[in-house]
Amino acid sequence: MAKRKGIEVSIALSDAVKLTNADVIAAYPITPQTHIVEHLAELVANGELDAAFIPVESEHSAMSACLGSSATGARTFTATAGQGLELMHEVLYVASSMRLPIVMAVANRALSGPLSVWGDHSDVMAVRDTGWIQIFVENGQEAIDHTICAFRIAEDNRVLLPVMVHLDGFHLTHMIEPVTLPEEEDVSRFLPPNRYPLPLDPVKPVAMGDFAPPVIYTEAKWAQEINLRNSKSIILEVWREFEKAFGRKYLPVEHYRSEDAKTLIMTMGSFSETASLAVDSLRQKGESVGQIKLRLWRPFPFKELRDAVKNADTLVILDRALSYGGPGGPVCTEIRAALYNEAKKPKIVSFVGGMGGRDISVAGFEQIITQGMEIARKGSPNEYEIFGVRE
Amino acid sequence: MEKYTVYAPRLIPKKEKFAPGHRACIGCGEALAVRLACKAFNENTVVVNATGCMEIVASQLPYTSWRLPWIHTLFENTAAVASGVEAALKVMKRKGTGPKAAVKVIAIAGDGGTSDIGLQALSGALERGHNFLYICFDNEAYMNTGIQRSSATPFGAATTTSPAGKASIGQFSWKKNMPAIAVAHDIPYVATACPSYPFDMMNKVAKAIAVNGPAYLHVLSVCPTGWRCPGDITVRLGRLAVETGIFPLYEVENGEYKMSVETPHQRPVQDYFKLQGRFRHLSEADVILIQERVKREYEKLVEKAKNGRKSERAKTESRANTDQVSA
Repeated sequence: MAKRKGIEVSIALSDAVKLTNADVIAAYPITPQTHIVEHLAELVANGELDAAFIPVESEHSAMSACLGSSATGARTFTATAGQGLELMHEVLYVASSMRLPIVMAVANRALSGPLSVWGDHSDVMAVRDTGWIQIFVENGQEAIDHTICAFRIAEDNRVLLPVMVHLDGFHLTHMIEPVTLPEEEDVSRFLPPNRYPLPLDPVKPVAMGDFAPPVIYTEAKWAQEINLRNSKSIILEVWREFEKAFGRKYLPVEHYRSEDAKTLIMTMGSFSETASLAVDSLRQKGESVGQIKLRLWRPFPFKELRDAVKNADTLVILDRALSYGGPGGPVCTEIRAALYNEAKKPKIVSFVGGMGGRDISVAGFEQIITQGMEIARKGSPNEYEIFGVRE
Repeated sequence: MEKYTVYAPRLIPKKEKFAPGHRACIGCGEALAVRLACKAFNENTVVVNATGCMEIVASQLPYTSWRLPWIHTLFENTAAVASGVEAALKVMKRKGTGPKAAVKVIAIAGDGGTSDIGLQALSGALERGHNFLYICFDNEAYMNTGIQRSSATPFGAATTTSPAGKASIGQFSWKKNMPAIAVAHDIPYVATACPSYPFDMMNKVAKAIAVNGPAYLHVLSVCPTGWRCPGDITVRLGRLAVETGIFPLYEVENGEYKMSVETPHQRPVQDYFKLQGRFRHLSEADVILIQERVKREYEKLVEKAKNGRKSERAKTESRANTDQVSA
């Protein structure tokens, strides 16, 4: 029986990668991802994980080496953060369009400048449209579970898409938390070996990465889009299977005391648990408040989101990234668009905060929620509200 | 092998691993070089191709000229992709999940993809010691995008981004010495080649493949479109590049230089220049300046090769001495 123990989340995540018996890890160090790749390098060096660890010279080459490795049929993992994710940017599109089942942990970090190694979601939002499946986790246990699930989702021959597991830099990566690491044989039973259908193999030569003239580009992109949309049902199937095997249940939109709530706060990642405490506190004060948490960012869970908010009057959304000169937080903007044509929908208030590692306390979330309720009643001249800024 | 001109061609494999029907320009020296290089590859090869002429002419969906497993992803990351393929093959062989045969990874790219935008990825892959061969097919500019200068464009050549004019000689810098950069990585094998010397080139490819570790081959590929010359003098121009000393053919095995084709009596560079539109604007003084530089560089190279021979002899002697001691 798997034991519960206190362990740093980065270490726990790399232990989960070890349990998947990954073949190739190509990575470049960047704060706050470093502990993940350091521990993997150590596992390989000690012979505990039979894999190739490629210490590449940049993140661009990290993702490029992952392309080559995954196209050869190897189970492939990497991790990065912030600037590293940005340097990979163009390579990310190739991974998804070539249908390569790479798994990547992203220790979410702010983008320069000014230079900041601390956490927010600027890096995630910048790679929104790269065609990857993207999942937010909120604690150490979820980081383990979703890393294991990510391989099964990515490598499923009905999916064959790369997956990003987003965990907040420092706020999550560097926390020591009690987690349960599954037993190796249970993971082996849950995660079948990688069977990439058309690998680079001289026995059966394939040409991968041909260029597409206008006559076929749209078809290629549409096939990719359909595939990503269809992956949702397989993601849900994998999470159901995971629940059967390990007893922990995951949904694309998670709920906390939301069923009868008039006001909902929506969060992603590690701030969610703090926001839950604010919900408890406001409930005690008699406010009808609940919370929803976005787990599945791509493919976007339209149905689950619409169902989750249909009975609420107000939806307050906290983004940890700015869309400069734009209509509000990037997640909020998408949700406004997703609800625009609904007959019955809540008023939506956009907040941006928690940038560059700035913490938001329980009291802070209480303030966001109550201010959000007020704005819903009285309106605001702003496209969005910035939280906790000194003017 | 060049001596056995009647017999040698019969030994070359008939099979075209780079099949005809691609859309390279008439007289393309690069397509010729790729085709001949492929004849020295064995069946157990994976080709990683950078964006560039050879990728564009040979891989339009749903067609391909490649009869080998082939992958193209981006422009600047070819060596990194190759390192991923190589690492994957190695670990999967160990675990019994990949191809059973020993598979060689060969990365191919143009001069821009090698000496400019791909230099970092190449340096990383050479330094890490992956078992792969990297071939730079150098046509001395960004020909695929329309003849823009690269760091491999020779001094004085007119391109669309280094045009000759009242205030410009054309390319304002001397050709980057990529083979020397590869040599600086202390890799087992580096060589220059040209398809105008087909046997020399194929032998070098075969030798580079046999190396266990990184190998780098720099192949001059005449480009009639970009060099502004007729398509029927490709092979002749390649010969002239060597005979003038502009593009010497040599090998560097474990750091030891060795000339492949010695040209003690070099032809004047003008013999090479006058056939190409890209050098048409050069003045007599410009040509003299270039001629001097070519001579100097060639002498430096010959000097390195002499030292190589010396140390080769020293090694043989020291081996002989060791043999005596152990005997």
